[in-house]
Amino acid sequence: MSPTQPVSALGGIPFLVIMVVKVIVVFVSVITTVAFMTLLERWISAWIQDRLGPNRVGPKGLFQPLADGLKNFVKEETYPDQASRFYFVMAPMLSMIPAMITFAVIPFASPLPTPWGLVDMVVADLPIGILYILALTSLGVYGIVMAGWSSNNKYSLLGGMRASAQMVSYEVALGLALIPVFMLAGNVTLTGIISMQQQMHLWYAFPLGLAFFLFIVASFAECNRLPFDLPEAEQELVAGFHAEYSSMKFAMFMIAEYSNMLTASALMATLFLGGWDIPLWQGDNMWLGPAGIVGATPAWWKTLLTFGSFATKTAFFVFLFMWVRWTVPRFRYDQVMHLGWKVMLPTALAFIGLTGTSILVLDSLGVPYGLVYGLAMTAVNVVAMVAFFWILDRDRVIAGAEGYERRVRIAEAHARGMRVPPPVTQHAGD
Amino acid sequence: MRRPEGTTSYLRATLHGMALTFRHLVRPHKVTLQYPEERPQLAPRWRGTHRMAVHADGRPKCVACGLCPTICPSNCIRLVPGEDDQGNRYPVVFEIDEFRCVFCGMCQEVCPVEAIHMGQDYENAEYTRERFIYDLDRLMAQDHPVTALWDPDDPASQ
Repeated sequence: MSPTQPVSALGGIPFLVIMVVKVIVVFVSVITTVAFMTLLERWISAWIQDRLGPNRVGPKGLFQPLADGLKNFVKEETYPDQASRFYFVMAPMLSMIPAMITFAVIPFASPLPTPWGLVDMVVADLPIGILYILALTSLGVYGIVMAGWSSNNKYSLLGGMRASAQMVSYEVALGLALIPVFMLAGNVTLTGIISMQQQMHLWYAFPLGLAFFLFIVASFAECNRLPFDLPEAEQELVAGFHAEYSSMKFAMFMIAEYSNMLTASALMATLFLGGWDIPLWQGDNMWLGPAGIVGATPAWWKTLLTFGSFATKTAFFVFLFMWVRWTVPRFRYDQVMHLGWKVMLPTALAFIGLTGTSILVLDSLGVPYGLVYGLAMTAVNVVAMVAFFWILDRDRVIAGAEGYERRVRIAEAHARGMRVPPPVTQHAGD
Repeated sequence: MRRPEGTTSYLRATLHGMALTFRHLVRPHKVTLQYPEERPQLAPRWRGTHRMAVHADGRPKCVACGLCPTICPSNCIRLVPGEDDQGNRYPVVFEIDEFRCVFCGMCQEVCPVEAIHMGQDYENAEYTRERFIYDLDRLMAQDHPVTALWDPDDPASQ
């Protein structure tokens, strides 16, 4: 067996052993990263507010996640008297398990050559790739709705209802924002999308910047992170769907939230920033063809370098999630729905049309898939983005309630058959 | 009324906000005081729980003149005066209810012999309510720094 052949060709026991090792390593890394993300979140929130953050447990507070974990294990498990016990216990599991297993299809480094063959650095390179992720993230909403309903608490129920409405709305925009990527890559496997970005010598963030923006916004909504954290809205709903949960069941919701965030960040890095690709370096441009590896030769140090590249990009998006959380206030419910259905959805559809047209034109002009192809797409995308942001900048619904209220007044007057009322009288100093 | 985009745009406001939070994120100056290790710098006229000044022979300086219970606006000082063989007045009972005290510092200002002082002490948690009535022995045992009085020649305490 030559070292450049994929290890999956081995079959049998060696393949099983390698898969088990990969699963354990990835699972443990994800859980550990999630634990440290909770610490990072507290640090970033503290630093933004000019505080110091956790610094008591271990050097610089680095062992804080261990202390938190220990605390969660020894806390009392509470069961509300009127709760539906079975679903109450099921809900945290249904939240956490889909969040954990979505990471399985994300490639995190270039293939590693071993004496037994080439090990691709992804737990399962499914042919349906990204569709698997979409299917599983939409399962996450069941955990939240179930938690809200089974707690038998009106605030939890409201949180669960909001979560379902919001996640269903933004799933549409999320899925549609991905269609341009599929069209450009001609593939739905994540390894395929990475290799197509390497062959273009341009990350998809450039030719598909608008889809990238829509995907980021929709991911924030899918992860229930501010400014879309209506399901847990502390000020209105106590803690929303997890108000009645304590100890490890509460921690499972937290693990679900943070691993969703980690997966979303890794996905953004993979789909739009080239995954483990190192910018401006051709030595890592390798992908699996039908007859083994194509492009550069794999090496263990390249695996390490590309893993560093992937980790850096993912960390940047994780940081972006936290940075936005501690800056932007929560949307009103009508703003969330407006943004989802009247802004994101039409924009995503229009961008699909635009990307499709550009691809068709470029293909019929006979431009080969490569850098020139990508730059032409980038030019179209820049025009689309400028137009989109110009309109969004003038959009009154997320700007504030004033314009919205006036439009509601006009609509109501029309409905009653009256003339349009005069504008609101200006107050002194307004 | 249609206001200009510069003042109502959500996007621009958000970008401004992100820039602001990022500046604070990287700013090395943090306001947290790591309390048990770091102590706040108290102002010289900062007023905390009381302290009774003591003579070299261990007697309290108080002459039981009765001015402090008279001037106390919250009526938290209980004083029972006594007199010894030489006709010196001394406090038989001197109690301050620190729960009632409003820490105005008038007792210290009015004292003719500079016996009762406000002190610079803020770590006065107790397990029972009774422990907040400080008797004479307790007031004399206090050893924290005393509060400076207002100086008319230096009104801003500089």
